[in-house]
Amino acid sequence: MPFSPVVLISDALIALLLLASFFIIRLSLRNPTLGSAWQRLGRNRSGVAAATVLSVFVLIALLDSVHYRPVVDTSSLLHSAPLAHPVYAVEVRSVLDALLVSLRTHQEKTYSAPLATHAYAKEVIELRDSAGQFRQVRDYPRLKYAALHLPATLSLAEAGAQRDRDVFKRLLFAVLAASLLCSVLVAATTAFLARVWACSKRVAWRRIWRSEADFAWDALLSVSAVLLLCGLMIASLCVDYHVFGTDKVGQDVLYQVLKSIRTGLVIGLLTTLVTLPLAIFLGIFAGYFRGWVDDLIQYLYSTVSSIPSVLLIAAAVLMMQVLIDTHPQWFATAAERADLRLLALCLILGLTSWTSLCRLLRGETLKLRELEYIQAARAFAVSDGRIIVRHILPNLMHIVIIALVMDFSGLVLAEAVLSYVGIGVDPTMISFGSMINNARLELAREPLVWWSLAASFTFMLLLVLAANLFADALRVAFDPRMIGAA
Amino acid sequence: MLSYLLRRFFYALPILIGVNLITFALFFMVNTPDDMARMQLGVKRVTPEAIALWKLERGYDKPLFVNVDAKGLAVLSDTIFFAKSVRMLAGDFGRAEDGRDIKREIVTRMLPSLAIALPTFLLGLFLAIVLALMLTFFRATYLDFWGVVLCVVAMSVSALFYIIAGQYLVSKLWRWVPISGYVFGFDMWKFLLLPVVIGVVSGLGASARWYRAIFLEEIAKDYVRTARAKGLSEFWVLFRHVLPNALIPIVTGVVVLIPLLFMGSLLSESFFGIPGLGSYTIDAIQAQDFAVVRAMVFIGSLLYILGLVLTDIAYAWIDPRIRFS
Repeated sequence: MPFSPVVLISDALIALLLLASFFIIRLSLRNPTLGSAWQRLGRNRSGVAAATVLSVFVLIALLDSVHYRPVVDTSSLLHSAPLAHPVYAVEVRSVLDALLVSLRTHQEKTYSAPLATHAYAKEVIELRDSAGQFRQVRDYPRLKYAALHLPATLSLAEAGAQRDRDVFKRLLFAVLAASLLCSVLVAATTAFLARVWACSKRVAWRRIWRSEADFAWDALLSVSAVLLLCGLMIASLCVDYHVFGTDKVGQDVLYQVLKSIRTGLVIGLLTTLVTLPLAIFLGIFAGYFRGWVDDLIQYLYSTVSSIPSVLLIAAAVLMMQVLIDTHPQWFATAAERADLRLLALCLILGLTSWTSLCRLLRGETLKLRELEYIQAARAFAVSDGRIIVRHILPNLMHIVIIALVMDFSGLVLAEAVLSYVGIGVDPTMISFGSMINNARLELAREPLVWWSLAASFTFMLLLVLAANLFADALRVAFDPRMIGAA
Repeated sequence: MLSYLLRRFFYALPILIGVNLITFALFFMVNTPDDMARMQLGVKRVTPEAIALWKLERGYDKPLFVNVDAKGLAVLSDTIFFAKSVRMLAGDFGRAEDGRDIKREIVTRMLPSLAIALPTFLLGLFLAIVLALMLTFFRATYLDFWGVVLCVVAMSVSALFYIIAGQYLVSKLWRWVPISGYVFGFDMWKFLLLPVVIGVVSGLGASARWYRAIFLEEIAKDYVRTARAKGLSEFWVLFRHVLPNALIPIVTGVVVLIPLLFMGSLLSESFFGIPGLGSYTIDAIQAQDFAVVRAMVFIGSLLYILGLVLTDIAYAWIDPRIRFS
């Protein structure tokens, strides 16, 4: 085999989470109240737009969550008798790495500006002049992997002018291709919907763009068009240029930004795997059984929430650091160590952040257990466990779903801060936080190095903004108090 | 009132003990006193005697939680946990790894922390309420819509961005105020201006949006309709009737934060070089100084509990329908 698949624990958990959310959504569609809430969400245009953006992020993260170890080419080794077994590299790669192989391997010496043809810093270059003599000049060298199709002997200004023409041509091509693809997409959607609704294409077209359908198709289509356009523009440029420049060690910033997405999503999503069971179990138990159970659980969450969360996280991360440092034998590869540290960070964030949801659920359960239908169930001698699962849990689901999505954006932002403090993800793992942390001193350079920071902040803003808008739409759709208002 | 406070105090005690238990478990489960001694003494000169001496000098020579050899109450009291907890409750935090007295450091660093946190808090609260009131006044107009959009965008931007961009623009490009640093005295405002403004701006989006929701909830109530029916103008309805009532959830929501202001802000203090408790904490975390982190955890939870008591008092003070019970 040319590769050996590697399943990191976080990959498995992500797959599990996806499956679970798929089933939860399918189950909740059967529940009439929650089902109508999902339908309301589908009609909300900003919600659908945000969900479209988010799904692109999720797709990138998923591509980055399928890992493998490539085989090492042993045929060129000197002393080799042909090996019986293939040798796999220690480096763990993902499908995304394989797709972006040119971005990953095109490593310059150091900084270079977005779309630059020449390096950021001057160097001593050896030139052969017209007389055939070697001459040393101090100048900006050409980049090793950018704009190779332009003649190598151009000066900085000439190269800039030719580069601009080339970039313009590529962008024009991208716009044309995007509009072509978009019209195909829109036409296909219209035809499909016309079949589903059993009406003419004309009517389907009108229903889509006048928001007369049960789903905000217009938001979905226009956001996809914008995303397609941006994607094609970047794709057409990134083949021959560093679209967002390169960082201090010469790595392409676009590659780093794309890799950061998985880290952010893992922290935002896997943390909920810890928060949810704790908050749901303890919250329902405290509210339903009251008495000493309630006292104990209340004591537990007031104790945990009274510790300032940054300090608790810091203390726990420091301890984990010691544990990881003293047990190097646990990890076969550096990726596994980084992955375990990421998971531990999720665990710690989850253990410190379940209290508010638990308090909410406890309060709601206290209210629910006094309602007539629960009392009726108890009068019919339905067991406690069955009452909780059948009658209380479904009626708490809206709180859980809202809290999940609301927490997500906060966690993505928190990762950046924690990485700055030095208690975030493993230093070898690319994340928005570590990118910002590495780049924050670059603003003091002359000339200014702004692209690394700008790219990471922009992508982080996109992710968090989409998550916040989605959370708002979700709350409007699911919160019973908001239904009258919206 | 007094009996209420006393009860609150006795309720706080087990929580404090619980907090201490958690931090102790966290710190000593992985990092045993032996490891600490080895790290402190350096790798080369470690002999079992040296470790024993180091532990004896610092009171780490006892068992952690349960002393099986002792009799009676001493089973629990003759342990590291008990000894350190009692000293901490008495306000003795011991020494940091550089040998300085932690308590003294905390007392001297409290003032700079407060100098940033208090103006940020008050100004931020005021501006957020003003902004929310304005959005409520213009509700269901384009101004309201774009105001809310702006709030959502503002709260989606990382706090790091505000600090880095602010420092770059204001201090480096325009050279209005120094980039970082701190002096005590009249020139203090120069150093405090930027962190306070950035602190206010970075918190504005989220809180203005939240307060707007509270105002909107309040505006749907019956007494507001009555006020309008009397013929009051929208302005007076908002200021005389809605604002005082909406302030109840707002004020009681933020009171819990007031004591925590002493802890300072982690990010802005370390970016702006303010010698406050926030930067002290970050330095301790980065230097892995467990004694300092433990002391800060203890003080933080103490202040949080104080905040909860203050919240209860504020409820009763603002809303006469609520009594201590």
